[in-house]
Amino acid sequence: MKNPFPINKDGLLEAYQRMKTIREFEERLHVDFGRGEIPGFVHLYAGEEAAGVGIMMHLQDHDRIASTHRGHGHCIAKGVDVKAMMAEIYGKSTGSCGGKGGSMHIADLSKGMMGANGILGAGAPLVCGAALAAQKLGHDGVGITFFGDGASNQGTVLESMNLAAIWNLPVIFVVENNGYAEATSVDYAVAADSYVDRATGFGMPGITVDGIDFFAVYEAAGEVIKRAREGAGPTLLECKMIRFFGHFEGDAQTYRAPGENEDNRKNRDCLKLFRKQVTEAGVVSDAELDAVDAEVMTLIDEAVEEAIAAPLPKPEELTTDVYVSY
Amino acid sequence: MARILSMKDAINEAIDQEMTRDKTVIMMGEDIVGGAGTAGDDDAWGGVLGVTKGLYHKHPEQMIDTPLSESAYVGAAIGAATCGLRPIAELMFIDFLGVCMDQIYNQAAKFRYMFGGKVETPVVIRAMCGAGFRAAAQHSQMLAPILTHIPGLKVVCPSNAYDTKGLLIQAIRDNDPVIFLEHKNLYGSECDVPEEPYAIPFGEANIVREGRDLTIVAYGLMVPNSLSAAEVLKKEGIDVEVIDLRTLSPIDMDAVIESVEKTGRLVCVDEANPRCSIATDISATVARDAFKALKAPIGMVTAPHSPVPFSPSLEDIYIPSPERIAAGVRKIIEA
Repeated sequence: MKNPFPINKDGLLEAYQRMKTIREFEERLHVDFGRGEIPGFVHLYAGEEAAGVGIMMHLQDHDRIASTHRGHGHCIAKGVDVKAMMAEIYGKSTGSCGGKGGSMHIADLSKGMMGANGILGAGAPLVCGAALAAQKLGHDGVGITFFGDGASNQGTVLESMNLAAIWNLPVIFVVENNGYAEATSVDYAVAADSYVDRATGFGMPGITVDGIDFFAVYEAAGEVIKRAREGAGPTLLECKMIRFFGHFEGDAQTYRAPGENEDNRKNRDCLKLFRKQVTEAGVVSDAELDAVDAEVMTLIDEAVEEAIAAPLPKPEELTTDVYVSY
Repeated sequence: MARILSMKDAINEAIDQEMTRDKTVIMMGEDIVGGAGTAGDDDAWGGVLGVTKGLYHKHPEQMIDTPLSESAYVGAAIGAATCGLRPIAELMFIDFLGVCMDQIYNQAAKFRYMFGGKVETPVVIRAMCGAGFRAAAQHSQMLAPILTHIPGLKVVCPSNAYDTKGLLIQAIRDNDPVIFLEHKNLYGSECDVPEEPYAIPFGEANIVREGRDLTIVAYGLMVPNSLSAAEVLKKEGIDVEVIDLRTLSPIDMDAVIESVEKTGRLVCVDEANPRCSIATDISATVARDAFKALKAPIGMVTAPHSPVPFSPSLEDIYIPSPERIAAGVRKIIEA
């Protein structure tokens, strides 16, 4: 059967593999955090996979992203090693950051991942800098900053939108609008009727897409990334999406409507939608997707086992890496 | 070849030479060029006090005016530093730290540690600091202690044109974020400055005056003020040693302790407010590590615990003057 999608079959399987890896990574963290095995704060990306992967499928290592406190999905979608991420979340020396960063600070510059960030909106100016560096160094890299509907109200995000617009920087401002800034509704906290209006106010185009539809995100992201690469400047891309879990693990989510989570899981699951789209089109079979599921489950099991078995950072690591040694 | 150069011109020359040597050195800030998008001169200002005047025409691709938007452009400088550039961001006055502090202390300062040593952030944040310009409470502060408190930042505050050039070149070449504090009342101070580029290593204090009876530790404008005090005290038979810290992080405590072991007396002079300052830090360290060398209590001469006042009559008594420093030294000598 003819492939109606803008990605070939291998690409579709790759996208599914990334989304499924994020989902199972987060589902497993949810369970293990509940058992008290994971220190600190974790903020899970489950439910939002189509947005991160739909955008990241267009990117290469020299494209830079700045992530958020809810960063596991962006990391996995951008190609950061999953086992190193799991070890980092467990605070182990084999982690992406040697156990010194944790869930909210996973970074891998070799993959173009400038860091998850515990400070909301802080990635926006950093990505403007990455985009400026791409311009000055003469490569076609773009910078993508992710922030939620909550952080969209941070002054530093708005300042960065203005800066990117006046400098014509290759930046995409991705609003991951899951409807909740922590426990506060977007309707309460955001004055503008539409993020497209906000973009217009900064002299850049804005696009809103259904963030649970991988193909809608992929298509829109492709356009705005191409635009940025060609020197036409920044864009705002709003992805309307669903957060399956609470703001952080341990959040009782009493601010949600009765039955909301169950309804989302049943009717607004981006992975189920993707499976339906690609199997109904006859391009990928259920069996092929099931095989990916099995591979992913094995990877996550191994990641957890290896993270638990890995050594803790040595005490002397407490004071290394704080300044560059000469 | 050395010539007489002002601190202001030494800064300009250091940036010029580093931009020529390395095209990844860029600079951004508010009106560092001045006149962008206007009908008039395209380099109207060269910084609010003309420190960077002329650099735009020499390095048009490397000098970038910004909107009045410190959080965005300081953050962009930091982001660009992790992506292959060596940016200098000019914060016009260090007092504007409040609106971009997150990018400095939560981002730039922490990347290297938080990311397991895999990220370097070679950014310089230049800013005017200090009182005496009749600029009042929000344009006159000495905030070196706040910045020195934060691990991951290097903090520099030179006292003369020679050190300024060498320390700024070192700051630009350094692979850590550096806060470079320029005392606005020293911009006109002149001394011999070699024409060729040179770097002064961080963490090496300079003994600017040798003496037997008491050690003064100072930085920035407090160095010339302490030297003036030392001249007055000399006539009274008091022989003071003056140490210019030059960099506050890293700090050369060895030089301080060695001096105190020689003189037996210490007065810390700090233009910052007195609580949790460089003066208190030095005092505590000396009390801990060189207590037995002390013949008298440690003295401190600092600004009061107040904002910087506007009225010149009040500002003049806010800043530790040579007279106040001399009085502070006499008190310890007589103790």
